Amino acid sequence: MYAQMIKSTGQGVKSLDEMEPQERAFQERIDAGGKIEPKDWMPEGYRKNLIRQIGQHAHSEIVGQLPEGNWITRAPTLERKAILLAKVQDEAGHGLYLYCAAETLGVTRDDLTRDLLSGKMKYSSIFNYPTLTWADMGAVGWLVDGAAIMNQVPLQRTSYGPYARAMVRICKEESFHQRQGYDIMMKMANGTEAQRKMAQDALNRFWYPSLMMFGPSDAESVHSAQSMAWKIKMNTNDELRQKFVDQTVPQAEYLGLTVPDENLKWNEETGHYDFSEPDWNEFFDVLKGNGPCNTERLEARNKAWDEGRWVREGLLAHAAKKRSAKLAAE
Amino acid sequence: MSSPESSPYKDTKASIHEETRKTEWPLWEIFIRGQHGLSHRHVGSLHAADAEMAIKNARDVYTRRNEGVSIWAVEAADIAASSPEEKGALYEPSNDKVYRHPTFFNIPDDVGAM
Repeated sequence: MYAQMIKSTGQGVKSLDEMEPQERAFQERIDAGGKIEPKDWMPEGYRKNLIRQIGQHAHSEIVGQLPEGNWITRAPTLERKAILLAKVQDEAGHGLYLYCAAETLGVTRDDLTRDLLSGKMKYSSIFNYPTLTWADMGAVGWLVDGAAIMNQVPLQRTSYGPYARAMVRICKEESFHQRQGYDIMMKMANGTEAQRKMAQDALNRFWYPSLMMFGPSDAESVHSAQSMAWKIKMNTNDELRQKFVDQTVPQAEYLGLTVPDENLKWNEETGHYDFSEPDWNEFFDVLKGNGPCNTERLEARNKAWDEGRWVREGLLAHAAKKRSAKLAAE
Repeated sequence: MSSPESSPYKDTKASIHEETRKTEWPLWEIFIRGQHGLSHRHVGSLHAADAEMAIKNARDVYTRRNEGVSIWAVEAADIAASSPEEKGALYEPSNDKVYRHPTFFNIPDDVGAM
């Protein structure tokens, strides 16, 4: 998802009997559907895991502005441009909601930013793919935001209060993103032959990377088992991927576009679509930094940070000057 | 969203980067009055160099869809908050004062609405 391959303590899930009283009270509160708030006691692993997960999610929102920002100046109409601008601005907002949630766990914004810029912390693999045509704006909104929604809707019930509240705000706005993407796809798919081809090409390129967003199967993963016990992960990767495919295939059919998977077919018995797995070697390779745009994305973030430094420092100096002038006047 | 309990620097564990820490803008907690005549409500936090910028940023981050008609920004470091450990001492005394609730008193139906 926007947070992929988050590693927990790796020690497997303790039973309530194995826990010290404080940890048992903590787990029982989560089991009962209670929320954990910033100053409450929490196991160190819970805190660390959440910082990694929320931080990676925030970074994905921020880096996620780049592939779409690529088309703002070239949007086909003024209306499309205004809409895309609003969407990209929302992504910045989502990143900020999430950074604040992470900050309640005792990490600062700058710590997280630095770890993104150095490559120590990751962002979603999906944003390392290029956006080559205007139809990609449609595919990203429809598929990428659609996949994100699958994950984010259940996270509104996550055990960590600030994270859950950030998710509520994000989900409210995310549905605009998916619809604007589908709206672009409808226009393209019903347009000229060249436009229809462009839409099909965008679907071809974004289908498997979208499926990868959910991460590899984690039914056997101890990390996922711990995260699920803590309710910071609500579903397995396979569950969410299946749900996404089931929802998306009819939408592609409505557009008259073909999902690029020969094995895709409705399974009467299971009540779900059968589909091909994405190429997981490609996924791991992109995570390692070898995707088509990894270097470009990190360079863009580093450039923004370095070139904005004088502004950050200047405004801080200005604020300090104003404050001392005010003190002197009192 | 952050909460008033969060503090920008205190209790920060990952403090190996002193150089950037110095230049980090302070954390502000943002409160917004919605459009229904309600009181201001905490919506989250953000970083800004000063109060004026905190309000401007709050407008961009928290009211992109007409969520509010008024914004308060308070520096997080200036907020005093109770801690979870004090929960018992602070709130338990009210548990045995059920007579503070109107339902404690039985008023006969014949008396009518009260």
